[in-house]
Amino acid sequence: MIPPPFEYLSPNQLSEAISLLQKHGEDAKILAGGHSLIPAMKLRFALPEYLIDIGGIEGMDYLREEGGQLRIGAMTRESSLEDSELISKKYPLLLDTVKMIADPQVRNMATVGGNLAHGDPANDHPATMIALRASVFAEGPNGSREIRIDDFFPDFFTTALDTNEILTEIRISSPPPKSGGAYLKIERKVGDYATAAVACQLNLNTSGSIEQIGIGLTNVGPTPIRATSAENLLRGKSPSDDLIKEAGLLAAGDSDPSDDLRGSAEYKKDLLCELTQRAIRISIERSERSG
Amino acid sequence: MSKHTVTIEINGSSFTREVDSRLLLVHFIREDLQMTGTHIGCDTTHCGACTVLMDGRSIKSCTLFTIQANGKSLTTIEGLESGGKLHPLQEGFHEEHGLQCGFCTPGMIMRAVELLGKNPNPTEDEIRTGISGNLCRCTGYVNIVKSVQYAAEKMKAEVA
Repeated sequence: MIPPPFEYLSPNQLSEAISLLQKHGEDAKILAGGHSLIPAMKLRFALPEYLIDIGGIEGMDYLREEGGQLRIGAMTRESSLEDSELISKKYPLLLDTVKMIADPQVRNMATVGGNLAHGDPANDHPATMIALRASVFAEGPNGSREIRIDDFFPDFFTTALDTNEILTEIRISSPPPKSGGAYLKIERKVGDYATAAVACQLNLNTSGSIEQIGIGLTNVGPTPIRATSAENLLRGKSPSDDLIKEAGLLAAGDSDPSDDLRGSAEYKKDLLCELTQRAIRISIERSERSG
Repeated sequence: MSKHTVTIEINGSSFTREVDSRLLLVHFIREDLQMTGTHIGCDTTHCGACTVLMDGRSIKSCTLFTIQANGKSLTTIEGLESGGKLHPLQEGFHEEHGLQCGFCTPGMIMRAVELLGKNPNPTEDEIRTGISGNLCRCTGYVNIVKSVQYAAEKMKAEVA
């Protein structure tokens, strides 16, 4: 399938890319890794007149800890997360997630920023970032602004980005001691979207109770979902089998899946209940093992 | 539609051409350059038959505009043998009967080049995960895994 014709623009500076967005407005799309956009163009789901390729702008592909935060440049490839020692040592939730995104070749091109900016509730990073309580930074004509992840996905395939803004960075607070996380995803085959998936991140206090917890749900509603009632149940509590089971039921209750080829809404809720419990258990085990 | 001049290095030779912005890399390789070793299978980023290396990393050339490869260095299946000698992976697929119809083979081999480059001693599980973005519709995965294992052994012996 040959994508529809478009005008290709390749700015060298972020400011130039923003000017181009201002000039072309809704007719333009940002091209990052292109692994959601190009397939969508082939299928005529996306018909941009202008593609602004930000792949040539230097300094948007990085991964580092700074000032108590993990900073991920928007153009960081998924495979860079997979290969990073820092990620495998300190951010097990992110490592779990990248391994479940598409396949190795796709991860060599696909970007973390693109995975979020596409606004697809079936993508994997949104739930991960919800669990990690990330912040997204966007740059526009009036400078940079911070958007909390909970405000970033207001509606189906919609993000809080203005038409002339570019997602530049994702920031995540470095986890405190005794932290752990996990991402559990059921997919029909490699490269498929999740039938359902759960991201969990938590930390334990000195007496073994759950101090902070984040739970994000993938592809079980029109937007990525925070399982607020499950989080509230567990926060401050010493985890027990009964409590974890109840959290699974509450997470399923927080979701809003629909029937599709991947299964019925009822089946997906059952899956969520089970996956949430497993994600919490693995997160606790990892927290106990961490320094 | 916009036209752009690109210069791309493929298998050590530099090619400069004028291309449409929407020309996919796989069409550039197969049609403009007549290098038909790289295949088009699903054309939807799933099957991996179009896999090539760009700056050493395996990518699916059906999901990249040619213009995005401007200034980059590519390797295709045609670039693997040197001086009439097969690459260990090519030899492995021959020795271990790693192909039936052969359609997926160039993509499988190009993917495995990066895999063995990063991990010279992969377990069977790591090989299977490593080629999870490549589909063989003859479903000859057992021999494909053996072929990659053959190449891993051979490459280790060559280094030693």
